[in-house]
Amino acid sequence: MSNFAIRVENLSKLYRIGQYEYHKTLRESIMEAIFTPFHLIRAKSQRANSPQTNEDNTIWALKDVSFEVKQGEVVGIIGRNGAGKTTLLKILSSITEPTSGRAQTRGRLGSLLEIGTGFHPELTGRENIYLNGVILGMKRSEIGEKFDEIVAFAEIEKFLDTPVKRYSTGMYVRLAFSVAAHLEPEILLVDEVLAVGDATFQKKCIGKMGDIAHEGRTVLFVSHNMGAIGQLCKRTVWLDGGQVKKIGPTYEIIHDYLNPSTSTIGTWHNSLTNEVDSEIKLVSASISTKGKSQTGIVRFDEGFNLEIDYEIQTPIGSPWTLVFRVSDSSGVGIFTSWDIDSIGEDKPKETGRYCAICHVPGKILRPGTYSVSLGIYFTNTNMHISNFHEHLFYFEISSVGYTMNANRGGIITPILPWSIERSHV
Amino acid sequence: MKTNVDKIALERHPDNKRPNRLIREDYPIKVIEPSTGLSGLRLGNLWMYRELLYFLVWRDIKVRYKQTVLGAAWAIIQPFFAMVVFSLFFGRLAQVPSGGLPYPIFTYTALVPWTFFANGLNQSSNSLVGNANLISKIYFPRLVIPLSSVFSGLLDFAIAMVVLLGMMVFYDIWPTVAIIWLPLFLLLGLVTALGTGLWLSALNVRYRDVRYVVPVLTQLWLFSTPIAYPSSLLSEPWRTLYGLNPMTGVVEGFRWALLGTSPPGLILGVSGVVALLLLISGAIYFQRMERTFADVV
Repeated sequence: MSNFAIRVENLSKLYRIGQYEYHKTLRESIMEAIFTPFHLIRAKSQRANSPQTNEDNTIWALKDVSFEVKQGEVVGIIGRNGAGKTTLLKILSSITEPTSGRAQTRGRLGSLLEIGTGFHPELTGRENIYLNGVILGMKRSEIGEKFDEIVAFAEIEKFLDTPVKRYSTGMYVRLAFSVAAHLEPEILLVDEVLAVGDATFQKKCIGKMGDIAHEGRTVLFVSHNMGAIGQLCKRTVWLDGGQVKKIGPTYEIIHDYLNPSTSTIGTWHNSLTNEVDSEIKLVSASISTKGKSQTGIVRFDEGFNLEIDYEIQTPIGSPWTLVFRVSDSSGVGIFTSWDIDSIGEDKPKETGRYCAICHVPGKILRPGTYSVSLGIYFTNTNMHISNFHEHLFYFEISSVGYTMNANRGGIITPILPWSIERSHV
Repeated sequence: MKTNVDKIALERHPDNKRPNRLIREDYPIKVIEPSTGLSGLRLGNLWMYRELLYFLVWRDIKVRYKQTVLGAAWAIIQPFFAMVVFSLFFGRLAQVPSGGLPYPIFTYTALVPWTFFANGLNQSSNSLVGNANLISKIYFPRLVIPLSSVFSGLLDFAIAMVVLLGMMVFYDIWPTVAIIWLPLFLLLGLVTALGTGLWLSALNVRYRDVRYVVPVLTQLWLFSTPIAYPSSLLSEPWRTLYGLNPMTGVVEGFRWALLGTSPPGLILGVSGVVALLLLISGAIYFQRMERTFADVV
């Protein structure tokens, strides 16, 4: 029983949100300090009587979370944005302290909350490998040994002595991931870092993570990519609103997590009232069809419109795109569409409410349940993924109008134009 | 759809029967709990992260003069032009005494350690906020950051020292035996910069007012340090009390070691004690605030 690598017991973390604490200026603090003797007694009794006075300004990012990870186990953590996944990793890696409860870790621990932390744009690829490696906790000698491997994995041999600021986004993330992937602690905490680069590189990344997992390292793996979680993790923790909703075998948890019964069908409304520092707020989204079928159920042969309502809260200077992804019931992304694909940069930049409509033709998605993920990308920054909301709502493609054999292979079942000509031999 | 994921999971996870070298009972256990009160400075922890310190210093030095036309010449320009201005206005016009030495070298000898101190103070007080991305994503003893910004000023100091040596040759001034104490005076300046930097950097995380305080502070501190004038302008009980400004000890020490002015004596003792107090109190305050840096910065 005692061969745990991570043991978490009733871990809680309270965050202050809003303006109360942070905008206290020096002057206010000094005044407070001067008057403290007069207020001390009163304040103390107040605090004792009403601990909830600041409840509006606080949020439990984690509340009474307990679980245990054995040595050598690879455990996934899933949950919506704001479920407390990153906070959990931050506490386990000692970046921030818990408010109450405790956690124990056994062995050298490395964490990857972000790739490329500490990269300096003015330094060359070679220099950044060393800098980033040391920042992530590797020894200089260790980096020296793995240097060639890191460079080869990132495929940047030719640009080793070019400042990183001249790199393309792809090269940058490849290098950043490559350094991170060669970290070899006994316990590895990984936040959503696989969502980088192109599809080929992502595959390579997941493969690399698989190797790491099979070396017998203990890995805690946060991801929105259900496919990757399913591949890498035997057991998964589902966090919801800062609490453990469910722990169990990965396939069971993913199934429950993606199960439409726990989510909305055909339509979604943003319930987050305060999305801090976002220029664009997604308001709602829904699936609509021409026919008068039920909400969220689409005939196979019909096609549908995805309508996304959003609000520009402050005028936008940088190029951005609205993104949605349709995933199947096991979380595998079927396709992703960006609004700039077809309408280009000619988009509203002024504040106000807008509705974007995308038509998805019929006769492509095979009957089944699909989820829609929505997000906003700022395209000029290094994969600055702002507000990507995974699996927000679900819709179903019904078999009405589906005339093909139900067992036909493949992820999609497009009906494609064929023609036959007589060949003249 | 359940079977789909299930199958992948099973394929990828043949029951791991082979012995695993990474599973061991004897790894040290680290306990993470809300901290209470003072939990020590954990200097041993800092030692473990010495390579990080080294690389952050190296980064600061490498990056400092990138994309500047004059490059490392900036390390000289700052104290050199201050010397020119001081020589003109204080030396020539105001006829400030310089203890029988040529005024330019009298003031430049003070400006070299001063510039090191002022830059160290400036860089370190902004260091935590400037490295916010590191602090919120990676764990390491936060002390590494202000330390590295003070240390990285040592190269500039060395460059400015070369110019000073050149000037000594020019004015035909030869250092006395007291020059062996020079590293000690440099250390005193470093401790003062670090002590103040620890206070200000930790305060800066919570109160961005610090950004506006630092320029004013350095300016006032410059003129309350005997850089443009000798401390011998003051009569005795006051002259020793002048050491309460630790930079007085540094500046007078440099002049004694290099130019052979009268030894700073008691001033040095007072300065040393004040600098140490600054460092210790700064480190304690820093350590108390450290745990909230990632949440607040």
